[in-house]
Amino acid sequence: MVLTPADEKELSEMVAAASGPLRIAGGGTRPIGRHVEGDTLSVARLSGVELYEPGALTLVVGAGTPVAEVERVLGEENQRLPFEPMDHRALLGTDGTPTIGGVVATNASGPRRIQAGACRDSLIGVRFVDGAGTRLKNGGRVMKNVTGYDLVKLMAGSHGTLGLLTEVSFKVLPAPAAQATVSLPGLSPAQAVEAMAVALGSPYEVSGAAHLPDADGGPVTVLRLEGFADSVAYRSGKLGDALKRFGAAHVETGSAEVAATWRAIRDVEAFAGTPGDVWRLSVKPSDGAEIAERTSGKVMFDWGGGLIWVLVPEGTDLRGRLGAFDGHATLVRASVETRAKLPVFQPEPEPLARLSRGLREKFDPRGILNPGLMG
Amino acid sequence: MEMPAPDTDILSRKDRIVQRLQTVLPKTAVIHDDVETRAYECDALTAYKCPPLAAVLPSTTEEVAAVLKICHGEGVPVVPRGAGTSLAGGALPTADSVILGVARMNRVLEVDYDNRFIRVQSGRTNLSVTGAVEQEDFFYAPDPSSQLACAIAGNIAMNSGGAHCLKYGVTTNNLLGVTMVTMEGEILEIGGAHLDAAGYDLLGLICGSEGQLGVVTEATLRILRKPEGARPVLIGYDSNEVAGECVSDIIKAGVLPVAIEFMDRPCIRATEAFAKAGYPDCEALLIVEVEGSEAEIAEQLGVITQIARRHNPVELREAQSADEAARIWLGRKSAFGAMGNINDYMCLDGTIPVSSLPYVLKRIGEMSEEFGLDVANVFHAGDGNMHPLILFDANKPGDLETCEAFGAEILKLCVEVGGCLTGEHGVGIEKRDLMTTQFAPDDLEVQMRVKDVFDAKWLLNPAKVFPLSVSAERRGFAA
Repeated sequence: MVLTPADEKELSEMVAAASGPLRIAGGGTRPIGRHVEGDTLSVARLSGVELYEPGALTLVVGAGTPVAEVERVLGEENQRLPFEPMDHRALLGTDGTPTIGGVVATNASGPRRIQAGACRDSLIGVRFVDGAGTRLKNGGRVMKNVTGYDLVKLMAGSHGTLGLLTEVSFKVLPAPAAQATVSLPGLSPAQAVEAMAVALGSPYEVSGAAHLPDADGGPVTVLRLEGFADSVAYRSGKLGDALKRFGAAHVETGSAEVAATWRAIRDVEAFAGTPGDVWRLSVKPSDGAEIAERTSGKVMFDWGGGLIWVLVPEGTDLRGRLGAFDGHATLVRASVETRAKLPVFQPEPEPLARLSRGLREKFDPRGILNPGLMG
Repeated sequence: MEMPAPDTDILSRKDRIVQRLQTVLPKTAVIHDDVETRAYECDALTAYKCPPLAAVLPSTTEEVAAVLKICHGEGVPVVPRGAGTSLAGGALPTADSVILGVARMNRVLEVDYDNRFIRVQSGRTNLSVTGAVEQEDFFYAPDPSSQLACAIAGNIAMNSGGAHCLKYGVTTNNLLGVTMVTMEGEILEIGGAHLDAAGYDLLGLICGSEGQLGVVTEATLRILRKPEGARPVLIGYDSNEVAGECVSDIIKAGVLPVAIEFMDRPCIRATEAFAKAGYPDCEALLIVEVEGSEAEIAEQLGVITQIARRHNPVELREAQSADEAARIWLGRKSAFGAMGNINDYMCLDGTIPVSSLPYVLKRIGEMSEEFGLDVANVFHAGDGNMHPLILFDANKPGDLETCEAFGAEILKLCVEVGGCLTGEHGVGIEKRDLMTTQFAPDDLEVQMRVKDVFDAKWLLNPAKVFPLSVSAERRGFAA
């Protein structure tokens, strides 16, 4: 059965009346986590812009609002979501309409995460319904708010296991007038991570730093600059100088080309339509090259080496292969069977796991919201 | 502001509790005589004072854990304390509580420029974090105005902001990991040099929890490379409304200044008398600062001054030198000192949607007449974080109470227009009893359930954040 409440009130009544597990869905394009059996509860109808004040950089939208609609509305005022949310459809082979609630529930953040923060950093308010059907709010529509506990951050990335998001508020940012990709060909992963550290440690405000070892035409390290046109040109030159010892840099300023490069990195297009499992590792950037080596898989680096996408044969226990490392591994794409066998999310050490279980019991005492999805 | 009556049973066990604390800490780290504990009777909200049962000053995470285990076993409330600069009473003790001060834990543990982080003990002051990395031209971004004195522990507890949040965010956006000790004395490692959480964002939950979920002993903080340069421009208007429109237009134009500060006429006059920064005598003053190379600064200031001129400023002054830049900031940076020079004052920090600025300032002016107390406004305009300073005379009977009543009305107004009670100082005891104006009972209940998970006996800083009547039953568990 698929439940499609028209508003938050109806949604809360459906949750309160539920007698079994609920699969929480937005657009259903990001099936990350263990498979959940049960009725589907979709927030897709809780859609629309509640408030948008460009002069205050504030946007409040229903959780079911399509991401494309959010981007369109912001685009009309030359603004954008700072964290560049990934579109998972190509990688995961899903179709449908990605919703903003799904972005928040998965804390989906793209290449700009290293400069502008993750989804959770731009999220300033939530409304949600807990597992008892209680309608709750936290945060609000102002970007500085320390009134009470920050449940906004807790809800981001909780994959619908603590509550159903009904409304989300963001701090948005101006879209830049110009952008450029500065690229360095032929570096090894270790050299690339070093070059990216130089770039990110420079004053030139790098908003993307990725390394593609298997790009057409050989390995390439790419760095993104955004801002006013003269400023981008100035910083491109300066950055090239700072990176001289890594070879001659090529600068691309065509807006369509730059956008395509970073969209491909954001959406991990290189692994779309390929056979095998896809893992996502968050690591200390300077460990990136060595950890990538240990995976024995095909890899792609983002976040200056701190984010590694790994493609390995189906059913590979990558965590077993890696051993202990500083960071965490998430199994983003795999069969239902593999996801049942291997934990999708990095198992937490016991004291933290106990806190997480405690929170889940408080927010969803009956255990009906996406039970088992996060392990 | 009411505080719970001390537990007489705990008071009667003071000697034993002190003895037990002395078994896990050096003698000089346990302060218990009636004269010395008075050093911990209040924080920067000095209107409220109460010496604690004892104060302890551990030097390591293990010592913190040992202290908390003892206090948990004895059922003694613990009030964590950073540098004691809270304006909200976050570190105010009760007579039956132990102050756990992290001031001796101020070491830098690791600096990693390649991965752009620093790991410090939490008692280190905010400014000295930047101090540890500035020789390599790096800095730690959150800059609360108490940054010379305030500790990272308190910054994390209150999720502190500062003047440069518009571009760099607040503490939670710059915090990568913590070592935290639970009330039961268990040591937790959360986050680290990598980004984002493996599961739930516990780090995000802990930041801003006002020392009620655990005691943070170490922190991994993001450091950033300093921009090549920065320069402010000063813009004066004869109406608050026009100044508000100018702020909105600057942001809409796609410029993201690093700071937009706003001062109203009473504030301008007071700071001018005190600091003589050469500010114009006008209704509203904006200080807008941008960063980058010389050419980038010029480009951004070009856009800003063009917008500013469209709104007919009474004054528009670009800094032509470092000296002029310092003069532009001089008045703003001495605003609080200037106020303190005139009178006692209470500083609020409610946040409002930027669009409500003219209405809120008008209402505050009207209320000032009703309550008979002067108020000056200085304001992080880019992010809507107000700082009304209400002037009162602490020696005049009844003035503090009138000031508090006035402050409460201002904060209710902030909530009414869609904002919140506190943007960066925290709730503490100061705004505790107003929480019901911002939150419905269920919204407070779910927050208290979070505390139940971390501190089932409600021993950590228990009389803060939630109205006493709302938390009464839970605090009763401790007894």
